[in-house]
Amino acid sequence: MADYAVDQTVDITDVVCPVTFVKAKVALEELDAGQILSIRMNDGEPVQNVPRSVKEEGHKILKLLDNGDGTWSLIVRKE
Amino acid sequence: MADAVDYKALKNGGFMRQKQKDNFSLRLKVVGGNLTAEQLITIANVSKKYGDGHVHLTSRQGVEIPFMKLGDIDSVKSELLEGGVPTGVCGPRVRTVTACQGDQICPSGCIETYPLAVEISERYFGRELPHKFKFGVTGCQNNCLKAEENDIGVKGGYQIRWDKTLCTLCGVCVKACRTNALSVSEDRVVLDEGECNNCGRCVKSCPTDAWKGEPGYIISFGGTFGNMIAKGNEIFPIIKDKGTFFRVADGALEFFAKHAKPGERFRVSIDRAGWDVFKEEMEKVYHG
Repeated sequence: MADYAVDQTVDITDVVCPVTFVKAKVALEELDAGQILSIRMNDGEPVQNVPRSVKEEGHKILKLLDNGDGTWSLIVRKE
Repeated sequence: MADAVDYKALKNGGFMRQKQKDNFSLRLKVVGGNLTAEQLITIANVSKKYGDGHVHLTSRQGVEIPFMKLGDIDSVKSELLEGGVPTGVCGPRVRTVTACQGDQICPSGCIETYPLAVEISERYFGRELPHKFKFGVTGCQNNCLKAEENDIGVKGGYQIRWDKTLCTLCGVCVKACRTNALSVSEDRVVLDEGECNNCGRCVKSCPTDAWKGEPGYIISFGGTFGNMIAKGNEIFPIIKDKGTFFRVADGALEFFAKHAKPGERFRVSIDRAGWDVFKEEMEKVYHG
């Protein structure tokens, strides 16, 4: 199932919109193209909105995982 | 003295009488909340030259220039027109058509709001009716433009379709959906059509474009938000083409002209005639 290996993780559960996306964006900028980032975010607004913003930035979303603790992890490949 | 000032005609032409004698707040025509820099400069110059140097932004995206003097009306009008700024209207007629920025500017937008607002305005602006009549166009379900406050409100939406071959079952759309209309089963995304509000968030968020969205108009009728407060009602599913929209809008205005008592808002006319009667007449024009 998991046909990817996470290179880096970032936790954006400690910030609120719009800093959620900014923090994720900064983390993505530090990676090389093709590398995989796991973004841990809160349920609600972050998980409703951050994936769309990541898509609009042109990156590839591979998976959204339910961590079972009220947080979700978005697996993104930097393009 | 029995002067010949026709205050009603002035008001109809956008000159709103102020408390201060012989002073008018001049309402300008603005469509969809857009003005060019050149128009703004013209407005600023007129305000400085003939008014007291300030303008008022109205609640419906309009601009008024207060403290226009009775004797200056003709020169004010011609200077504004020269600078490409037409004057607005008041009274029992179709008013300013409002719009949000829509899908040409806003990432959430599902439809092109401004061109639609311009078309609505060109077709109906200033048309005489039993009472004031307001159109508002908003690009998506976020509803920044508050569609249901208007006599006819237009809200952009997507009619959605899922392409199994492109879907990776990542689950992003399920979380993006605000009406819980989506769920993931073993090998597919299941759509509960009764719960879908056509917001298009699945389409916007889908990483593989497995969700396709066809833009359309969600129409509400009979909204009013002044002395009387009532939310406009939707009576049709999402409308996919402008032809149908304008047939329906034409029909609604005809219904209003036919059923209203003078000085009565659209909402009151529909309530009195009955929503079933209104719906029946609208169904006829809806189907062409």
